[in-house]
Amino acid sequence: MKKIAIFLSLVIFLAACGGGQMTPPNQPTTIKKTSSSPEDDMLAQGKGIGEVKSVELGTPLDQARVGRGKSIYDMKCSACHKLTAERVVGPGWLGLTKTRKPEWIMNMITNVEVMLEKDPEAQKLLELCLTRMPNQNVSIGDARDVLEFMRQVDGEK
Amino acid sequence: MKQWLIGSLIFVAILAFAINGCKPQNMATAVTGDAASKVYVAPGKYDEFYNFVSGGFSGQMAVYGLPSGRLLKVLPVFSVNPESGYGYSEESKPMLNTSHGFVPWDDLHHPELSQTNGEVDGRWIFGNANNTPRIARLDLKSFKTAEIIEIPNSSGNHSSPFITENTEYVIAGTRFSYPMDNKESNPDVSIDTYKDNFRGTVSFVGVEKETGHMDIAFQILLPGVNFDLSHSGKGPSSGWFFFSCYNTEQAYTLLEVNASQKDKDFIMAVNWKKAEEYVKQGKGKKQKVRYAVNRFDEHTHTATSTIKEEVLVLDPKELADMVYFIPCPKSPHGCDVDPTGQYIIGSGKLAATIPVFSFAKLQTAIQAKDFDGDFDGIPVVKYESALYGEVKKPGLGPLHTEFDGKGNAYTSFFVSSEIVKWNIEKLEVLDRVPTYYSIGHLCVPGGDSQKPFGKYVIAYNKITKDRYLPTGPELTQSAQLYDITGDKMQLLLDFPTIGEPHYAQACPADLIAKNSLKIFKIEENTHPRAAKGEGQAKVERNGNDVHVYMTSIRSHFAPDNIEGVKLGDNVYFHVTNLEQDWDVPHGFAVKGANNAELLIMPGETQTLKWTPDRVGVFPFYCTDFCSALHQEMQGYLRVSPAGSKVELKYSMGKTEKPE
Ligand SMILES: [Cu+2]
Repeated sequence: MKKIAIFLSLVIFLAACGGGQMTPPNQPTTIKKTSSSPEDDMLAQGKGIGEVKSVELGTPLDQARVGRGKSIYDMKCSACHKLTAERVVGPGWLGLTKTRKPEWIMNMITNVEVMLEKDPEAQKLLELCLTRMPNQNVSIGDARDVLEFMRQVDGEK
Repeated sequence: MKQWLIGSLIFVAILAFAINGCKPQNMATAVTGDAASKVYVAPGKYDEFYNFVSGGFSGQMAVYGLPSGRLLKVLPVFSVNPESGYGYSEESKPMLNTSHGFVPWDDLHHPELSQTNGEVDGRWIFGNANNTPRIARLDLKSFKTAEIIEIPNSSGNHSSPFITENTEYVIAGTRFSYPMDNKESNPDVSIDTYKDNFRGTVSFVGVEKETGHMDIAFQILLPGVNFDLSHSGKGPSSGWFFFSCYNTEQAYTLLEVNASQKDKDFIMAVNWKKAEEYVKQGKGKKQKVRYAVNRFDEHTHTATSTIKEEVLVLDPKELADMVYFIPCPKSPHGCDVDPTGQYIIGSGKLAATIPVFSFAKLQTAIQAKDFDGDFDGIPVVKYESALYGEVKKPGLGPLHTEFDGKGNAYTSFFVSSEIVKWNIEKLEVLDRVPTYYSIGHLCVPGGDSQKPFGKYVIAYNKITKDRYLPTGPELTQSAQLYDITGDKMQLLLDFPTIGEPHYAQACPADLIAKNSLKIFKIEENTHPRAAKGEGQAKVERNGNDVHVYMTSIRSHFAPDNIEGVKLGDNVYFHVTNLEQDWDVPHGFAVKGANNAELLIMPGETQTLKWTPDRVGVFPFYCTDFCSALHQEMQGYLRVSPAGSKVELKYSMGKTEKPE
């Protein structure tokens, strides 16, 4: 049933795109600005939604993290994400850490269902890729390791 | 000859009653107004109970939600299941191995939930195979069959797999006695030597506390009769097990008449604590047998089958104070112990009374040697000495009794098609309701434990004439749900079942749901041919065997183009599902497969063996609708003639033109 629901929502997406309407369903067309919740603040800052509120990035890179991040990538991410900018099932990873906040990346990895429901940037990606990113049961700590590996991919030392 | 005739007449009379008696007078009044609201579970809401129902001749077990009666899952146990590849995949084939080789079918009669301190604990459920005697243990975290043990020296493993209060043992009693010797059993003898050569056994299968691993602790060698059902003692009767026996006539032909000659057969009482003492003292005799122990490993996702060759046998003719018979009218079926452990209820299939035995009186009688002779060397306790009392005229053909924990018993009556509620202490009938139609077993959630959750009684019916839309000569069998919270039982619902709903167990959903596994962690996958990540996807040739280490994720396989397979090769697709998300299995099917498909759970590896029978290009695809691009989840495998020069190669995402 859930699978059918996902499929139907994608059909609606496709139909919406075909009609030239890019507004995803379930999104209010006008957003009330009267009171802003912490969630709204996170969204406004481009940090996405999830448990990750702020991330400290260090230099040089933590090589232990990079190593762990790579093995998680190999097992759980490489099927859909290339390390170039080429999009396959999901977007290529090259340059991602330059364009997205680290909080956004970690929330996208660890809180994907909510991100696809509420984060406008995540929703744009779904319209592009048409495959919902699976929840790969990556812990916050593992996501931090993956982020470190992504920074290395982007040429950071 | 005269006996024969009388027997036949009784049988015909009962049959006539069954045909006329089973149909209720007034169906319109069977259900009252608020029944529907009591079973309605709104979309998005959960049922309150899990109901595990045997699939009988389907060899499977089904899981229903109560009170809605919605089918949640069919669990493959003793039968191959093309839906998931159980019994077809290389990893699961060993589960169905026996001393007779691969046996892909059986007849599952009784599910039994594990218990701790006499209460249902929600860890495992056991099931018996009647045909090729086996006991299975299913893990209620993964809802998978985790282990199957074959029972040697047994034929028709019917009084099984009932358990002791802390799941120390599951037991297995043979339905058919047969000749057995010390040379892997079953010698070639004339059938009319039944009395001299045929023997029965009951087996106590030890269950390891943490892992649940089963092995036969000991068997008890018994006279040649038929063993039917059984239940563990509890509370004051802890350490004892009770079995119903019929055919004490020791007939071996036309049993429908010849096994109904005597007025009474037996309830057999086994003091298993005493048996344990004899085992410790080395009093058992080792016997040469062959039986399989099959275990599924949750981390390698692979089953292994081991053949064992010895079993320990105790002989009550030589070892006193271990086994007693209690006379019981008349071809007893059910053998049920009430939640207090004081009363043992026998149910004679052909009786018009329910005898209730007192465990305390039985002990006094044994101490006083208040015996009525012996049967084949085993003491027979006097009927009156063990009897607490009889429920008079409760109905016709009592089969099986369960309990609500408030002093009441619920007995099913096959011949008169009804459930009768009666008070155990007072031996008084309190209420009766018709069933539609011939009821076998019944179930109260936790109803054979020390702590029943007595909210419902569920009837499991064999014949459903006119209850459902016709489907040719064969109609579905069914279960019926009755509310037992008031003084009067109230029919709420009937729902169709798979196979034969022979017996069932039920328990509150929260005992199980909270522990339910959502995925297999891919980090913990130790399958020797797992591809943990697309980087590990590859194809290897080893002589005529081609091993494909394949991964699946929404919405593609890797590799998805394979060439260089040749006629005469065996192709092994080892498919690892890389998903780590709940409820996202992927399927794998390939054209012309002679066995089945695979259904691979998140984080799992499963293997399909495929032997191409012709040259060509063969598509494979995912059978489980997994995403919007599920239809695109496919690939091609090219098969070239034997001896062809085509190189083995594989790829995914490569689209160059050939050189
Ligand atoms: Cu799929």
